[in-house]
Amino acid sequence: MFDYYLNLALRSLRRNKVLTALMIITLALGIGASITTLTVLRLLSGDPLPQKSAQLFYAQVDPYTRDGYVPGKTKPQRLMAYPDAMNLLHAHQARRQAAMALTDAKIAPLHAGEHPFFSDGVMTTADFFTMFDAPFRYGGGWTADDDESRAQVVVISDFLNDRLFGGASSVGRTIRVNDHDLRIIGVLKPWAPQPRFYAQGLGGRSYGDGDAVFLPLQTARAASMDPQNDDCWAVADTSKLETAPCIWLGFWAELSSDGEVAAYRQFLSNYVQQQIALGRFYRPEVALSDLPQWLRDEKVVPDDVRLQAGLAFGFLLICVVNTVGLLLAKCLRRSQEIGVRRALGATRRAIFAQFMVEAGIVGMAGGLPGLVFAELGLWCIRHQPAEYAGLAHLDVHMFFLTFLVALVASMIAGLLPAWRASLLAPGSQLKAA
Amino acid sequence: MDILPILSTLRRHKLTAWLLILEIALTCAIVCNAVFLIGQRLQRMDMPSGVAEHELLQIQVADVTTPSNPYARLAEDVALLRQVPGVQSVASSNQVPFGGSSSNGNIRLDPAQPERTLSATTYFGENIPQTLGTRLVSGRDLQSDDFVDVETAMKGLSTGDSKSLPHVTLITQTLAERLWPGQNSLGRLIYLTPTVGLRVVGVLDSLVRPNAFDPAKAQFTMVVPLRMGANKDQSYVIRTRPEDRAKVLAAAVAALKKADPDRVVTTRRSFDEVRRKFFQDDRAMAGILTGVIAALLIVTALGIVGLASFWVAQRRRTIGVRRALGATRSNILHYFQTENFVLATLGIALGMALAFGMNLFLMTHYELPRLPAVYFPVGAVLLWLIGQLAVLGPALRAAAVPPVVATRSV
Repeated sequence: MFDYYLNLALRSLRRNKVLTALMIITLALGIGASITTLTVLRLLSGDPLPQKSAQLFYAQVDPYTRDGYVPGKTKPQRLMAYPDAMNLLHAHQARRQAAMALTDAKIAPLHAGEHPFFSDGVMTTADFFTMFDAPFRYGGGWTADDDESRAQVVVISDFLNDRLFGGASSVGRTIRVNDHDLRIIGVLKPWAPQPRFYAQGLGGRSYGDGDAVFLPLQTARAASMDPQNDDCWAVADTSKLETAPCIWLGFWAELSSDGEVAAYRQFLSNYVQQQIALGRFYRPEVALSDLPQWLRDEKVVPDDVRLQAGLAFGFLLICVVNTVGLLLAKCLRRSQEIGVRRALGATRRAIFAQFMVEAGIVGMAGGLPGLVFAELGLWCIRHQPAEYAGLAHLDVHMFFLTFLVALVASMIAGLLPAWRASLLAPGSQLKAA
Repeated sequence: MDILPILSTLRRHKLTAWLLILEIALTCAIVCNAVFLIGQRLQRMDMPSGVAEHELLQIQVADVTTPSNPYARLAEDVALLRQVPGVQSVASSNQVPFGGSSSNGNIRLDPAQPERTLSATTYFGENIPQTLGTRLVSGRDLQSDDFVDVETAMKGLSTGDSKSLPHVTLITQTLAERLWPGQNSLGRLIYLTPTVGLRVVGVLDSLVRPNAFDPAKAQFTMVVPLRMGANKDQSYVIRTRPEDRAKVLAAAVAALKKADPDRVVTTRRSFDEVRRKFFQDDRAMAGILTGVIAALLIVTALGIVGLASFWVAQRRRTIGVRRALGATRSNILHYFQTENFVLATLGIALGMALAFGMNLFLMTHYELPRLPAVYFPVGAVLLWLIGQLAVLGPALRAAAVPPVVATRSV
């Protein structure tokens, strides 16, 4: 039966080529736009560490003064001051915890005649690598003791290792970062979580390449490396950030059960109450957000991208309405044919099925140019100035989703015309002829 | 043209007519809001900076070995840059208009007041107003004996020695008017720290902040006489003639590199590029929205062409009869044009309501202002035009139907 409907549908579509082409092209435009924006949305809202994101929590306390504070409304600051980060770190209330800031690392060349260059650096504490599952190719990370003793060590990325040492193990060798000789103790495998969740709020970009060097926080600070982002609540001597009234660190904790999360939240509240009692703090708010929540709060998916996705689906809706109109016009024109088929014994269901098959064919036919339009759209996205531009590619999932969307959209468009067609009474149509 | 026969015909094609109306309405709603969004973006991109943008260059350098005396280093660099042919003026500044990252201070008018009055951006550095090209409206410019080295000031902050802090400031007209509405601001005090007030000695015409996201606060700007010394966050700003920019930029970078071949030039660009980069997302969004509007109008036009062609084909015989009964070609043409006009008008009316609803949704979810009424007629005229253009082809074909068709049986 399906073969017969397919045959009828193709015959009907061929009979009115212009109308068929119109339907296919408009549907394809709508699908292309939707798939383009969906791909970007999926890219941006991806989970950077799917196996672990539910156990990673971003902690916030607020050392700011009463200036501009509205109780219950003001959210705690995104960053932490050095004393608080160290207090939380040393309290060891989570399985793992790390404080971090981004920095520009000036790296000296190994050979004479080459120029020094700046790379993205992370100043952090020992648990960073284990907590974020950063994989090592050679060597490993540093210890909490190295943090405290300001050990002159560094972990470098695979791309920096390739650039400086041609990819061979550089563990034990020395590089000069910000005029300080540091011993390489680990080389990472390629590691660039998208979005770069740990850089949120620290002043770095959210997407793109990973960082080049990772240094113990106190070692880096002793080498006078400054954070990318700092915020001070009073005019301050920013050359001594450790004691200045400034926030500049992000703080992450690993907590693996609801009980641990509740306990840690309580710990944070207690800590803040204690600081208020000491007169250091004024604001009592704390926050503990898991990684997905933190990315949502940080609006890592820009409003513009959501708006574009909304627009694209509005556009698809219009394309579907357009297809409904055109299919309906076609089907009404074939009232006589339907009348004849009904008179010869075709059931309503059969007529309905026939028109749905026809709509489905239009959908599948629209999927292919839809794919072309989506590729074209993504090509345009890749040439935009956004950070994520280079990452916008159609993957296998989106490839199949394109045809699924095409089929579903065309079937929805086909429902009304097919239903109308199946309602036509055989007699009246025959009489009119 | 009599509209009643059109209405009675449409009543017989209720479903298709409604679909067309719905399509026009949806298009109208999206187009109204999209045009509004484009307008918003363009308006943002037009934000005035108050500086001579086409005459300015920005250079940032990072030293590989930290200079023993950064103030001397900066003075040497500025002197070097002044000697580059074509350079009119050189400034050093901790930040530049539309540069993105910004240094801000909390302003109090009384050091004892518990809450800040507002937050303003603070430019630190020498020669800033002259080089950037912003006019002094009243008072005087900063003089060399106003300036304090940043390290001295920092020490003064820690020790509480108020003599080693700057004592004067320049502010913009907008900031002066916000702090002391309708009054003379010269000689008044602004407190950034609880101990020392900065006396307003001059009022600048306009100077935009580096991170001007909120137009209402874009001009809350102070220039404070702090000497920063050479470091990688410091910018050299060069004023030159617009046509000399490329040449001067290359020569200036070469001069700085020659002074120390090991230093890294991290930023070298004209202010046109600074502005372009700051507003790049707005430009991209405006481009995408324009594309969406174009695509929507094309799809809707194609839909109208399709349905109108179908109606013309279906009514060939009726048209023939009308022609045989004396209707002229232009009668037939006008019939289809009027029919389209009626449908478009209904669609537009429905679309306006939808546009309003969509705007309400956007207002709650994307912090957008209310859609001004002027955008409604824009959408309406666009859709009427598109409708008439789209229907012209099929209507002309209808007008070309010869009367003799009436005599043929189908």
